[in-house]
Amino acid sequence: MSAVSDFPDWGDPHSPANSYRLSQGYITDTFPQTSVPNMVTAVLADYRGYDTMFETVVIFTAGIAIIGILRRYGPKDKVIPEQKLYKKEPDLIVETTCRLMIPIIQLFALYVVAHGHHSPGGGFQGGVIFGASFILLALARDLQAAQKWVPESRILKLAGTGIFIYAGFGFLCLLLGSNFLDYAILHKVMGVTPIEARSHSMLGVEIGVAFTVTAIMFSIYSNLASNGYMKEGL
Amino acid sequence: MELFEAISTKINYWVYIVIMMIGLFAMISKNNLIKKLIGMSIFQTAIILFYVSIGVKEGATIPILYHDQVHAAHGDHGEADTSHGEHGAVESHEADIHINPDDFTNPLVHVLMLTAIVVGVSTLGVGLAITQKLHREFGSIEEHEILEIIKSGK
Repeated sequence: MSAVSDFPDWGDPHSPANSYRLSQGYITDTFPQTSVPNMVTAVLADYRGYDTMFETVVIFTAGIAIIGILRRYGPKDKVIPEQKLYKKEPDLIVETTCRLMIPIIQLFALYVVAHGHHSPGGGFQGGVIFGASFILLALARDLQAAQKWVPESRILKLAGTGIFIYAGFGFLCLLLGSNFLDYAILHKVMGVTPIEARSHSMLGVEIGVAFTVTAIMFSIYSNLASNGYMKEGL
Repeated sequence: MELFEAISTKINYWVYIVIMMIGLFAMISKNNLIKKLIGMSIFQTAIILFYVSIGVKEGATIPILYHDQVHAAHGDHGEADTSHGEHGAVESHEADIHINPDDFTNPLVHVLMLTAIVVGVSTLGVGLAITQKLHREFGSIEEHEILEIIKSGK
């Protein structure tokens, strides 16, 4: 607490963290170097590409760990039905609201992913929104209804695909003779200037992130809500 | 008055300390594992608040360029090496776009905190899963009850 008086004042543009040339450089150089107006996305997906890639791996690992901890297969599935034969009859208001809301939520999620380097957004945010639309479906109906769209086998494939897309961009750069995740070299295959190639590759890796996050978010929810049986939701 | 000023100019750090201590208290002293996890979340939130508040600049906006700034650059093809400027006076870099660092908050802390949020979600999810597994095994999420069951079992 005594250290508080040594901290810089609130909103001081010349505090050490704000005046250090790294932060300044990100602000001034991001657009000329990558043609991405959203600096946060640019720093996240380009300058700190490794960080974000392994962040995606962290999410993936968390999903695997939760499945490993909670998921239960086999004979125990037959014990459950007697204790909760709670059949939800479809509620008109809930049904209709969900039918209206879910497409809009998913459309918005795609917008957040696709427009993430021009406005606030990106793979993580869009992925979470997209996963939330499935969670809403699972809450409003039951887990079965949502699993028709994202069955368990598809979850891990989706999550793996996301990481594969991200790492694929990295290795594509490697193959073309540049550093891992150095997107500028991709202009050879994209047919645009090196600067725009970085922008487009960022969109690509954000889509990969979004895949993983969507799948894992729903996986976490469905495992936690159904106590690992994946049979019934809350 | 001096004390008031000392607090009010650095209010973000005080708030952050208070929130962090609430989280730490919940983590240490609560017996309920879910409450411990809530405490962990509060703790993480405090750290996120701390970092984001470091990046704040007075009168600055979010770290996304304005629309007209982007279009001014695109008019000159947005190439980094075209360094002829129509407004030469405000030229800051090789591209024809003038960006004043003081106009935008610090993007670096936002990126770091995006990472922290993601990691926080992951740890919270795994923590909840472990709690649920414990409840399945021991029928309780109270720490002392679980410890008693473990002791009596052995």
